[in-house]
Amino acid sequence: MSKLLEVKDLRVSFHTYNGEVQAVRGVNFHVNKGETLAIVGESGSGKSVTTSAIMGLLPKPQAEIKSGQILFEGEDLVKKSNKEMQKIRGADISMVFQDPMTSLNPTMKVGNQIMEGLIKHQGLSRTEARKKAVELLDQVGIPHPEVRINQYPHQFSGGMRQRVVIAIALACNPKLLIADEPTTALDVTIQAQILELMKDIQKQTESAIIFITHDLGVVANVADRVAVMYAGKIVEMGTVDDIFYDPRHPYTWGLLGSMPTLDSEEEELYAIPGSPPDMLNPPKGDAFAPRNKFALEIDLVKEPPMFQISDTHYAATWLLHEHAPKIEPPASVKKRMEGFAKTGGKA
Amino acid sequence: MVRYVLRRVVYMLITLFIIATLSFFLMKMLPGSPLNAEDKLSEEQKQIVLEKYGLNDPVPVQYVNYLAGLVKGDLGISFAFSNTPVTDILMDRIGPSAQLGAQALVVGTILGVLLGLIAAVFHNGFLDYTSTIIAVIGTSIPNFVFAGILQYFFASELQWFPVALWGDFKHTVLPTMALMIFPMATAARFVRTEMVEVMGSNYIKTARAKGIGEVGIVFKHGLRNALIPLITVIGPMAVSLMTGSMVIEQIFAIPGIGEQFVNSVIMNDYPTIMGTTLLFAALFVAIILIIDLLYGLIDPRIRIGGNNS
Repeated sequence: MSKLLEVKDLRVSFHTYNGEVQAVRGVNFHVNKGETLAIVGESGSGKSVTTSAIMGLLPKPQAEIKSGQILFEGEDLVKKSNKEMQKIRGADISMVFQDPMTSLNPTMKVGNQIMEGLIKHQGLSRTEARKKAVELLDQVGIPHPEVRINQYPHQFSGGMRQRVVIAIALACNPKLLIADEPTTALDVTIQAQILELMKDIQKQTESAIIFITHDLGVVANVADRVAVMYAGKIVEMGTVDDIFYDPRHPYTWGLLGSMPTLDSEEEELYAIPGSPPDMLNPPKGDAFAPRNKFALEIDLVKEPPMFQISDTHYAATWLLHEHAPKIEPPASVKKRMEGFAKTGGKA
Repeated sequence: MVRYVLRRVVYMLITLFIIATLSFFLMKMLPGSPLNAEDKLSEEQKQIVLEKYGLNDPVPVQYVNYLAGLVKGDLGISFAFSNTPVTDILMDRIGPSAQLGAQALVVGTILGVLLGLIAAVFHNGFLDYTSTIIAVIGTSIPNFVFAGILQYFFASELQWFPVALWGDFKHTVLPTMALMIFPMATAARFVRTEMVEVMGSNYIKTARAKGIGEVGIVFKHGLRNALIPLITVIGPMAVSLMTGSMVIEQIFAIPGIGEQFVNSVIMNDYPTIMGTTLLFAALFVAIILIIDLLYGLIDPRIRIGGNNS
């Protein structure tokens, strides 16, 4: 499989009144053509900042890319000017945002919002763009598209609005679609519909998807590969099977353990203790160590490198070092893993 | 839509009736009579005049007579201006005031929106601070101060425009400029605040993610959303501008309705006071209706009687 996008050692900082906040601290990953990569992590782990950097939409002048490369089809997006990025955004890379209630312009007809990108990137006439917009609305499952195209966002429900946002993102057949928690703001039943829609669309258009979420249930449902982010770094990366059946990083254990399931027998839901580190002064050593009951002494001193477990599976924890004591995941997490194996990953 | 406008017009008429009633009785409670100023009349002559204008009737009778006239569009005859009907006086006087007000409103709002826009786009930059300072000066310094300064520089020193009086367009320039400062500053402040907020909103992010250029983002996606709250303040401001500024009209010796209003109150010219009050009130409710309809034009979410098919 060929790499569509490759992020190499990306570092992004925000300059605030209190100092430099290191939101992303050396992130490496790639996305192959046509696959779905899920990026999972808590709020503030740097997921959204990473994708904003890919889109070239980091808030200026506060945010700064300190180092790294974002190679999209071999070209480094970091070096592109805003004008050049405008040609890529919406055409080759597009984005679906979290909150459909606020991500559409309230004073513009839905049709015009879809047509804009088509007119800009593909040079279509208004009539052609309009025809294409009706097709797109139909494709994302909106009934009576020829009527709906003339309506305003407030005439749509939340789920329908997210379909419109997806239609906007799909308008120019992007090679890469970034979905930033596209289902978080929706009802559970609507969530499932939107996920199905995104899977269908991926089958039809063969575009790659980066799916940002903190919902592991969603990950199991849509992703081919998973990157787990913590404190601005990727701590574990692997296929869905790697992550759900054979997680190696204690943070991943925590995430899996804190996932509610219908048949959980434990009375209490496991929660990762403590809170994420202050990225104004990132801790020395492993950022997760203070919250990790399996932390080794070295975790407090030296940051763990990425250990390779298999061709597809990597994790950054000293537990994988050959001299480290053999530690098994906690019993509750183990039970989860067995559960996942039985149900095929579905929570 | 038509039904909505009709219903609003009925409400407007009821409002005007209440205002007419209140101001009629309030005026009757004022001490003095229209004849106080004219000492040369004998007691007998005064009685003849009072009888002629129906001022000796009991107040409720006067009220009913006034309303009867009002329904026919007759506002009565001025006491002070040699038997001129009040409607003629108002027609005469509203022209200059409305022209000045409209000019000030249009120019002031357009300049204000531009200022606010520039401030928002260059948020926290030099241009932002400059425009904010202009806005603060404009809202905090009363317009008669500007009137004096304008007269000094542009009329007295540079002699580009006449100092005062009413004539051709040249006469309107300085009073328009003096009147325009306030709407300009207000619009600039509102548009800046709103635009900064709009530019940080999610749908602007969506537009950026579509690859739309900055100009398109500011004008197509930003401005329209930022204008909505401005309409709310423009309405009452439009009324107060068009009904004339007494101070500005005095300073530039403009035969406007603001000046007229003050004089008629001083002279206890009842029909003119009533007429002017009702005219202001009518303008006010009419503009509020227009504003409400404008809202719908700009913001589809509050479109009236919309077709929610």
